[in-house]
Amino acid sequence: MKLTRRELLAGAASTLALTATAAAQSTPAPIDPTRVRGRAARVLGQRASTEPLQRVGRGATASGTPHEALMGIITPADLHFERHHGGVPDIDPAHYSLLIHGMVERPMVFTLADLKRFPSVSRIHFLECSGNLNRTAGPETTAGQLAGLTSTSEWTGVALSALFKEVGVSPKATWFLAEGMDAAKLTRSIPVSKARDDAFIAYGQNGEPIRPEQGYPARLFLPGWEGNTNVKWLRRIELSDQPFMTREETSKYTEPFANGTARMFSFAMDARSLITSPSFSGTLQRGPVEINGIAWTGAGTIRRVDVSTDGGKSWHAATLQEPVLSKAHTRFRYQWNWTGGEAVIMSRAVDESGYMQPTRAALLALRGPGTATYHLNPITGWVVRADGRVFYNEEAWG
Amino acid sequence: MNRTHRALALASSLWLCALGGVVAAQAPLGIGRRATPAEIAAWDDDVRPDGAGLPAGSGTPAAGATLFAARCSRCHGATGKEGPNDVLVGAQPREGFPFAKDPAIPHTIGNYWPYATTVFDYIRRAMPPDAPGSLSDTDVYNLTAFLLHANELVAANAVIDATTLPTVVMPARPHFVRDTRTP
Repeated sequence: MKLTRRELLAGAASTLALTATAAAQSTPAPIDPTRVRGRAARVLGQRASTEPLQRVGRGATASGTPHEALMGIITPADLHFERHHGGVPDIDPAHYSLLIHGMVERPMVFTLADLKRFPSVSRIHFLECSGNLNRTAGPETTAGQLAGLTSTSEWTGVALSALFKEVGVSPKATWFLAEGMDAAKLTRSIPVSKARDDAFIAYGQNGEPIRPEQGYPARLFLPGWEGNTNVKWLRRIELSDQPFMTREETSKYTEPFANGTARMFSFAMDARSLITSPSFSGTLQRGPVEINGIAWTGAGTIRRVDVSTDGGKSWHAATLQEPVLSKAHTRFRYQWNWTGGEAVIMSRAVDESGYMQPTRAALLALRGPGTATYHLNPITGWVVRADGRVFYNEEAWG
Repeated sequence: MNRTHRALALASSLWLCALGGVVAAQAPLGIGRRATPAEIAAWDDDVRPDGAGLPAGSGTPAAGATLFAARCSRCHGATGKEGPNDVLVGAQPREGFPFAKDPAIPHTIGNYWPYATTVFDYIRRAMPPDAPGSLSDTDVYNLTAFLLHANELVAANAVIDATTLPTVVMPARPHFVRDTRTP
């Protein structure tokens, strides 16, 4: 973050310098803010004009979080990644309802106001698209362009188990279909066991109603599971004793393996870490450098993050920011002294199950060069060149 | 983890246990209302692999070909192979399932989709993107029949309906395996 701020200040300074040159000697010195009354209060806050944060564009159906510009573990709601399959619908909350039917004692309809009458839950969790690795990334790739399809928010809503109690789910029901209210009417089959575990329906995000691109007014939230299963604009849940084999869980969101199979219902996101600073397009100064980034796992908590500054030959334990939350981004930090010369910095995460984030070579051997882009979590890194400029450590896939 | 954090963690886990107990023991709260059969019927349009949810009616490859040219070819190509969007047609390869080896092989209905019922469900659910929900059940049966025939999965004179669609053998199906990672 220091780097980014430094760069921004440097950029702002050079802009001022150019302006000063263009206006010759007529431009007055910058106003001393202690000598002039500031602006009045306003009803909606804005970012500093010198911090023009925005998401990373990825075409019409997705945009990513600019991790290189962020700090801590919470993603601002307007910078949370988005991914949709039929555009972002406009839904009038007054006409929103959720239907739960199928293998239940009482098929029922819940309005948004009904959902908010149930006891609420609020939890901090990451959400990650399962296709969150830019496999064609070149040296000039930012952290957000590489892996911007993961974000962390505080999500507020109602436990799915409470709704299932309300409708009387049959003990014979093992799966449920979740359907969205968008033009794709996106559907996924989810094991009922996830409702007993920690699934909920979210209507709040970071203290406010969830954003339209996050599923306003209500979405399914399945902590630690691939983004696509967290069905947005949720309008219908159907209990069943078998999966429905929808398009999204068969022809899409399945992963070919080198052994001639394709894995389906790959719900949990495996442990992963990403150094967000330094990263492209930063420039280092010799001396102390804080290497920091985020780590996360669908298995629960991050146990350890190791950092290497020699391309993976040796590893050092990073400090994890407390509290370390289950199924949430965990900020890690490692203090490094850059003495000059080229270096490759990398990070690898280990989660509570003992699982260690794999090398690209190990993952490639398992999955094969032709595999789909889903669930790819290799160790990645950044090259610090001798002049201090930082670039993505490009590695070909296959 | 220092003492404060330990205390916080203990307090939050106790709180979670208490909450879990409340939810588990909770009787229905009386929130919400019963859904009417008409409301359920209006939205319940999914189709399962066993054929549950398939409507009355039927379709043929010949009728589907005309409809495909009019409504689908702009995105999927004249024969379903040209794109620019998803390649839908391609019976090969039928052996070996080499998708992990070769990124150039498109994942088609014929070589990758494990269930034929998904074709009907998805077309009716979401296609075409410029007018989703505009196809009749007969239209969807016809398009399904056309695509299955183009992928060499059914004969040119096949009639696709609620009885025949679930019986179509999909070559890719034995290659699909459930996730075995521990949660």
